[in-house]
Amino acid sequence: MATSIRAAAEDGSAPTTAPRGPADAGPERSAWRSRLYRLDLKASPYAYIAPFFLCFAAFGLFPLIWTGWLSLHRVDLLNPDVMDWRGVDNYTRLWDTDQFWTALRNTFTIGVISTVPQLLMALGLAHLLNYRMHGRGFLRVAILAPYATSIAAATLVFVQLFNPDYGMINWLLSMIGIDRTDWYADTWPSQIAVSTIVTWRWTGYNALIYLAAMQAVPKDLYEAASLDGATRWQQFTKVTIPSIRPTILFTIIVSTIGATQLFGEPMLFGGGVGVSGGSAHQFQTLSLYMYELGWPSRQLGRASAVAWTMLLILLLVGAVQMLIARRNRTKLGG
Amino acid sequence: MRTTSRPRRAAVLATSALAASALLLTACSSSGTKSNSDGSSAASGEKVTLTVGDFGTFGYKEAGLYDEYMAAHPNIKIEANTTQDGQQYWDALTTHLASGSGLADIQAVEVGYIAQATGTLGDKFTDLGKVDGVNASAWLPWKSKQATTAKGSLIGLGTDIGPMAVCYRKDLFQQAGLPTDRAEVAKLWAGDWSKFVDAGKQYQAKAPSGTFFTDSASGLFNAALSAESTQYSDDSGKLVYKDSAGVKKAWDIAVSASQAKISAGLRQFQDPWNAAFANAKFATVVCPSWMTGIISKYSGDSGKGKWDIAAPPVASNWGGAFLTVPKAGKHQKEAAALAAWLTAPEQQAKVFTKVGNLPSTTAGLDLPAVQSAKLDFFGDTPTGQIFAAAAKGIKPAPIGEQDGTVKTIITDNGILDIEEHGTDPAKAWANVTKAVDDKVNG
Repeated sequence: MATSIRAAAEDGSAPTTAPRGPADAGPERSAWRSRLYRLDLKASPYAYIAPFFLCFAAFGLFPLIWTGWLSLHRVDLLNPDVMDWRGVDNYTRLWDTDQFWTALRNTFTIGVISTVPQLLMALGLAHLLNYRMHGRGFLRVAILAPYATSIAAATLVFVQLFNPDYGMINWLLSMIGIDRTDWYADTWPSQIAVSTIVTWRWTGYNALIYLAAMQAVPKDLYEAASLDGATRWQQFTKVTIPSIRPTILFTIIVSTIGATQLFGEPMLFGGGVGVSGGSAHQFQTLSLYMYELGWPSRQLGRASAVAWTMLLILLLVGAVQMLIARRNRTKLGG
Repeated sequence: MRTTSRPRRAAVLATSALAASALLLTACSSSGTKSNSDGSSAASGEKVTLTVGDFGTFGYKEAGLYDEYMAAHPNIKIEANTTQDGQQYWDALTTHLASGSGLADIQAVEVGYIAQATGTLGDKFTDLGKVDGVNASAWLPWKSKQATTAKGSLIGLGTDIGPMAVCYRKDLFQQAGLPTDRAEVAKLWAGDWSKFVDAGKQYQAKAPSGTFFTDSASGLFNAALSAESTQYSDDSGKLVYKDSAGVKKAWDIAVSASQAKISAGLRQFQDPWNAAFANAKFATVVCPSWMTGIISKYSGDSGKGKWDIAAPPVASNWGGAFLTVPKAGKHQKEAAALAAWLTAPEQQAKVFTKVGNLPSTTAGLDLPAVQSAKLDFFGDTPTGQIFAAAAKGIKPAPIGEQDGTVKTIITDNGILDIEEHGTDPAKAWANVTKAVDDKVNG
């Protein structure tokens, strides 16, 4: 069919009678084709990634907005269909609640004392693994093992280790003359204990990410550096670190997000008082406070307000990190 | 070759996954519609799996009741799912009730939460009063009343009650120069829980090193409060804990125990507390009948024969539970029959002799098996007599919907805070009221 029509059109006949002249049919078709081609070039990528965004809209964006809507209401977990309008009361009430501020402070302190040593240790480990040595493959897999362990299993072991009366940590500390430390009840010890679990789990994971980035650093940079007489430490600080700066930034952002959402470790570490983060909320994080409001207290609206506050805090922290990163980059002239 | 086989394999995988999920969906929906039509999907002879969700130690498995029931009903298979921590169990249960999924056919409810179950959650449970063979008057009157909704439906069948006594270690009492005979011991504190604290000071003065008179001030708080006629809520179910004379008195007793350092400062039902039984870290634990099972479980062989039971300062009830049948369950009829059987006097007596949960039915309390019962672990102590006698003196107080929440905050964030951090009691109480306002007033 198509060929016959084209043949008929090309047969010539009157260019004036046809609405579109056969003379410019050729160029127009090719223009249409090139437009199609350009459309394909520009639109196809969007089509290919559309499934993700559709899923995200359904399972990410909608819950996000719905949570925001909930946070403006009073909602009982047991009757989620009944919603009373509250306006911003849930948020102003957070502002006036001591427990919220305690949780915010704990989230920050636990985040810092787990993220900072974690990333520093990961950097060191990655640097060591980057050397040529025997059993490198095995060691690389081995440092990922904690990441593959479930939080529940790992935390249970740490709870035993940190037991103030029968735990191994206090026993070891007593050998060097340090008195009994109450790793459950006291603020700093309990936060350090929780951070230890987090650090233990994520150090290897971050080390592997650093290692991957380090392997992409051109070898001739190191050769040049060693020709210039740079020690290994100088090579690490002057070549490796600047080369993997974007990767470091990436891990900082990911770890910050993880630290802000810290939930499982303190929850399980606290045992029966895990939901409230200890008897004086000494290690209650924002996520735990959200859970305490939403589930045991059945106040979905207020829990949603905490969730949104957490999101805003994350965006704020993210923005600050971006700013610092950009300033660093301009300082370096990159 | 390789290029052609890969998409084909993917296609096979995709289709099989689709088919599987379609199967799953139809399987779900068909069983769903079946159960909605008449509340029970089992035709005669069809194999039915009943799930039972409970917390702590209900003793059904230990007493071999599940096996017995399955042997008598070949078409029924019972699967039990036990959570250790009662608070965690309840949090999960309320979530499941709200969403109507993830529920077992039978769900246990603790007495502290029964008001929530009969109130807000009332229409999510089946009325067991209409089940064949169930007669609400078989239970102690106050027990059935607690599980009856305002509309008059009985949503829970009483399992056990918790008449209280005091369990004590004879060996530690002797070392501290206190009497060891149970009648003599009871005289130490007869009449008032504050005398119990005084006895504790006496013990602590000559205590074996590293031991404490009692396990936790929170346990003492529960014990002292249980004896009061006004607790957290008034008759209408309104929270009155701030001005309640009972709460004030129990709080003061717990604080004085903590300040006199006669308490080991442990949180009950947690690992360190469990471990402390084996290590003989404390000499007494306030002991509702169900606690005897816990003591024998965690003290192990090293504690056998060393524990005895004395009468409490004041008779009261702590704990006890109910079996409910959620409406969302697939086999409500079979579940109700099982719940009725499990809570019948004979079965309650078997559970008592095995794990110490005292019957909540009048007939069960009078059974010779209960009256003459002795628990192996406690030697010749006539446990059945002691607890059945304590049961007679119980005067129940009104329970409100928020009692469980308030109790958790007072014990875990109030008293435990004083014990762990030496917080000033006035400040701890202020924290409690703040926390309750935060959690209760949505």
